[in-house]
Amino acid sequence: MKVSVIDSLFDPWQAVADYQQGLTALKGKYGATCLFVGTMRDFNQDDSVKGMYLEHYPGMTEKQLLACLQQAADKWPVLDALLLHRVGNIYPDEPIVAVAIWSSHRGDAFDACRFVMESLKSNAPFWKKELLASGESRWVEKNTNGYAKKT
Amino acid sequence: MSIKVRYFASLKEQLGRAEDDLATVREYTVSQVWSEANPGLDMPDNVLIAVNMAYVDQTAVVKDGDEVAFFPPVTGGER
Repeated sequence: MKVSVIDSLFDPWQAVADYQQGLTALKGKYGATCLFVGTMRDFNQDDSVKGMYLEHYPGMTEKQLLACLQQAADKWPVLDALLLHRVGNIYPDEPIVAVAIWSSHRGDAFDACRFVMESLKSNAPFWKKELLASGESRWVEKNTNGYAKKT
Repeated sequence: MSIKVRYFASLKEQLGRAEDDLATVREYTVSQVWSEANPGLDMPDNVLIAVNMAYVDQTAVVKDGDEVAFFPPVTGGER
């Protein structure tokens, strides 16, 4: 399992392909790879967003991200996992986060991947500051619960 | 003999500084660390606290050499 905090533009598809290439001992064992990629939108709360700054707590971030993967591996039969997260200045259409889970079966891969995303959003020490098209900037106060039903 | 106190994001901006070094003469709880570092200022209601990069509550004991961090609710992931 691997986590990485990245301070420049990255290609999640290539990163996951490269990582999977290295999983030689697991070839033929994983039947399911679930990949989630989170990308920056150009809108939030009815406002047009030009960019954002993502602050984090170096050291604690990596520790918490690894704990998210470990908890998923304790709950589901995860063969391997990769978690990549951007920090610093990010602009619309750039990838922010990638979670990849390798498992024998799709159900476990989907569930573990979802769990890691929801868990990191409430536990990993990241803070978003949005730069609005109006020139104003604001800290995002809280994350939504991804499991909650939209009303 | 000191405790390193760190602040992040909007809390860091409100306080106007990223960290404090607190000279220690005894053991403190987290809430005592806040009061020593920020006299007369209440700890924000929704603040999250970590000691040595692990989440704790306000009653946790802080020892010499520990790093205490105070920060607002976290907002990582996709946006």
